Order: sequence, then C-alpha cells, then structure tokens
Amino acid sequence: MKYSIFSLARAALSGHKNWKPTWRDAAPKDRYDVIIIGGGGHGLATAWFLASEFGIRNVAVLEKGWIGSGNAGRNTTIIRSNYGLPGNTGFYELSMKLWEKMEQDLNYNAMVSQRGVLNLYHSDAQRDAFARRGNTMRINGIDAELLDQAALRKMLPFLNFDHARFPVQGGLLQRRGGTARHDAVVWGYAHAASELGVDIIQNCEVTGFTRDANGTVTGVETSRGKIGAGKVGMAVAGSSSRVAAMAGLRLPIESHVLQAFVSEAIKPLIPGVMTFGAGHFYVSQSDKGGLVFGGDIDGYNSYAQRGNLPVMEDVCEGGMALIPMIGRVRLLRQWGGIMDMSMDGSPIIDKSPVDGLYINAGWCYGGFKATPGSGFVFAHLLARDESHKEAALFRLDRFQRGAMIDEKGQGAQPNLH
Amino acid sequence: MRIVCPFCGERELGEFTYLGDAKPQRPAADAGEEAVYDYVYLRDNIAGVMNEHWYHGAGCRAWLKVTRNTLTHEISAVEPAAGAGAAKVGA
Repeated sequence: MKYSIFSLARAALSGHKNWKPTWRDAAPKDRYDVIIIGGGGHGLATAWFLASEFGIRNVAVLEKGWIGSGNAGRNTTIIRSNYGLPGNTGFYELSMKLWEKMEQDLNYNAMVSQRGVLNLYHSDAQRDAFARRGNTMRINGIDAELLDQAALRKMLPFLNFDHARFPVQGGLLQRRGGTARHDAVVWGYAHAASELGVDIIQNCEVTGFTRDANGTVTGVETSRGKIGAGKVGMAVAGSSSRVAAMAGLRLPIESHVLQAFVSEAIKPLIPGVMTFGAGHFYVSQSDKGGLVFGGDIDGYNSYAQRGNLPVMEDVCEGGMALIPMIGRVRLLRQWGGIMDMSMDGSPIIDKSPVDGLYINAGWCYGGFKATPGSGFVFAHLLARDESHKEAALFRLDRFQRGAMIDEKGQGAQPNLH
Repeated sequence: MRIVCPFCGERELGEFTYLGDAKPQRPAADAGEEAVYDYVYLRDNIAGVMNEHWYHGAGCRAWLKVTRNTLTHEISAVEPAAGAGAAKVGA
C-alpha cells in the first residue's frame, strides 16, 4: 500500500484496524536470479536497489531470524559522511545523498533527522587534523565547518570546556549528518522491496552453498531447503567469517563486540550528535528523550552480543569528562552487537574468489550510516559484475596489494580501529 | 568476564589487554609474501572455543594463553604463554 497523509487519515478514522502488513513474509521458491544472505539494512537495501535501479526483481533476501534482528537493530543510528581518505570520502557522501532522499524513494518515514554531527577537538594537533579532514570534505563537495570554542559555548553551554586535562577547544561540524530511525530503515527497505516483488524470507538460515563441478556457487542450502540462485550476495556483517567459511574462504576480519547505551528520558539537551575527542564517547538524544551513547569496542573476539563492564565504565567516564551534569542520569538499557572488524577499518564490497559469491562485509562499527550506499553499490556489483566507482577501492585483495584504507593508521589490529 | 591469572589469581578484565588468536605463527624470514599476508591479515575468526593471547598489564605483566569460548565468553583454561614475547614467536 502507498502511505500518505490520506492513508493515515483513513486508517485513523477506521480505528487503525485496516493496516496491512508492510511487507510480504514470503516462502522460498526453487530458484532466484539473486539471493541476498542477511535481512538487515544492507541486505534489504541491496534487494531494493536491484529491483528499483537495476531491473532484477527475481530476488530473495534470506534472514536466519527476523529482519533487522542483527546489527540493524543494535546501533546508535548515526548518519554522516565526514571521512578523509580516498575511497571512504566519496562512498559515504553517496550514502549521505541517498539518506536525504530515502524516505521519498521508499514511501516510508525513516525519521531521517539532519541535526548535525560534531567532532570535538581538545588540542592544537587535533584541531589541525580536523581542519585537514574538513578541507578534504569541502574539496569533495561535502559540508564541513570548523567551529572555535566561542561558537561552541553558545551552542553547547553545558560542556566541560575548561577541564584541565581535556579542554574543549572547538569542533568539526557536519550539519547534514544526524540520525535516522534504525528499525524504520529496515522496514522501509523491506516495504519498498516487497512491493517490487522481492521475497523476504525469515527464519531461513543458510547452512551451506551448492556448487557445480567448476566450484561456481549455484545456490544455498538452508534450514528451509535448497534454493537455487544465479548469484549469491552475502551481507551478514558480524557473521561474515562464518558464512564465508561455508564456501571455504578465510577473510581479513575479526568479530568483536560493541556496546551501546540508552539513559532514561530527559528534557531536550543534546541538539545533534556529539563525539568526545579525548576519549571515546559519542552521544545523541533520541526523540523519546533518552541519551543514546557508546564508545570503544570491548577489544576481544566475540560472537556473544553482550559486552563487559570495563568498557561500560570507560564510556561513562568519557561522558562524565565531557558533560559532568549527566552523572545523575540513570542508565536505562545497554546492549551489544557483533562487528565485522576488518584489518584496516574499512569495508569490503567485492566479488569473492569463488565464482557466483559476492561479499559485502567488514563494516566495523560504521555500517548503519552506510546502509543506502552499501545497498546501492552492492546491487551495482551484483547486477553488472563490476564495482561502482565510489566502491572501487573496497576490494578484498587490497590487503595483499598494500592498498589499505586505514583512516586512523592503526594497522592490522582490529581492536584498535 | 574475569581471568584467573596463574600468577595473580582471579582478576577483573580491565587489568588485561587482548592480542588475539594464539594460533598464527610468524613465518620464517624467507617464507614469501603469501605466508606473510596470511599471518598478518587473515583470521580463522572462530565462533566457539579459541586459544588466545592476553597480557596481564596491570598485574604480573606476563603473557597468558587463555582458552575461551567466543560464543559465551566462558574461559576454560589459563596458562602462562611460553616466555616473554611469546605472542610474537608462538607459545
């Protein structure tokens, strides 16, 4: 169905009893042109772009649980395109531009809110690094503003500006950045893809690949039977190594746990998204009033979807150092998600060495903001067998070639990215 | 998660630093690019029981070999890694 102010009014007048499910919960057919493994934001976006942009509608999205039950439902909902390295800068801006028209394209309210993303700096060296990144963004047509302390004092008077150890000197602001409603992004893509004929198949866990004599992938084995496919794309960040292992591949990826937190609801305080530059703490405020915040990954391999106390303590200390008054706010909820930590902190969107299998992986803890861009370039790769120009550097073999895209220059130590 | 250090006893996680899978061995100097690529970049990324190197930085400063389940965080064994710098040369 098409959503509009009139459909809302009609539903309201009939007591909201006539809403239809927003997507079809399909049963698997014998064969599809393209199968996407993973019914998160990236998988569903890929399916929608395949159907809407590339004319491939015989598509299935296989999800082992319910759609959006993985990292799409476990993130802090931030969208931004403030990256400094070739490869990342253009790709994340492509994604940002898709966020800006997503709701109209999908006919779904994803609550995209461009309330600004502000990275604070606390030293001269950090200011210089941020100025450089801001200039890189502006050269590439992306908005960025370097703010000094006076501007921040007006905007965020409650920050701990004169902290002896972490004085807030200023910040790099991307006003077009902000937040989006993570579940609605999943539901929106599912809604729009389903309308175009994409089968969304839940509770369908992939347990292996079927391959022909040449080793080419011809389909998948699942908990709901064998399904044939012309091509198979995997978008299962968190479990990429496990799925790739079924095809005999080892990936340059470790799975790590990242925690996020929500406080009890308070009155409007934080206008946008804010990051502490002297530790690792970032925060925004949800429309319900809760402070949504997080920090570092826990730092050890994990598939457990829950973390431990040292990082929780570290994140809260970061918050206290920056905004001392939140010390009296109580923590409401805390959760963990499993991150595909790649060896350079950047994603992999490429054909795999196995014919017929395509990889979309390695999103580290930055996958949410990439959702529309990732879907678009992965659909491009699946449809045309060549990388989109904005994803041309996200190759699987870049580690072998020494062509890493390492924003922080940390090297092959995933728990530092 | 707490780790029972064989030297210090049961200590909280914050005292330890993680290195990673204890299985990869640094290849010989003449092993070639493929072996180095494999060692530096590729991971088994085990979902289940894994041997790992941890460093007890806020305690005895010894390298430890910890057997831990990555699906549950359950630790089944902790032993000293073989000598200082063991993580680099293989325990």
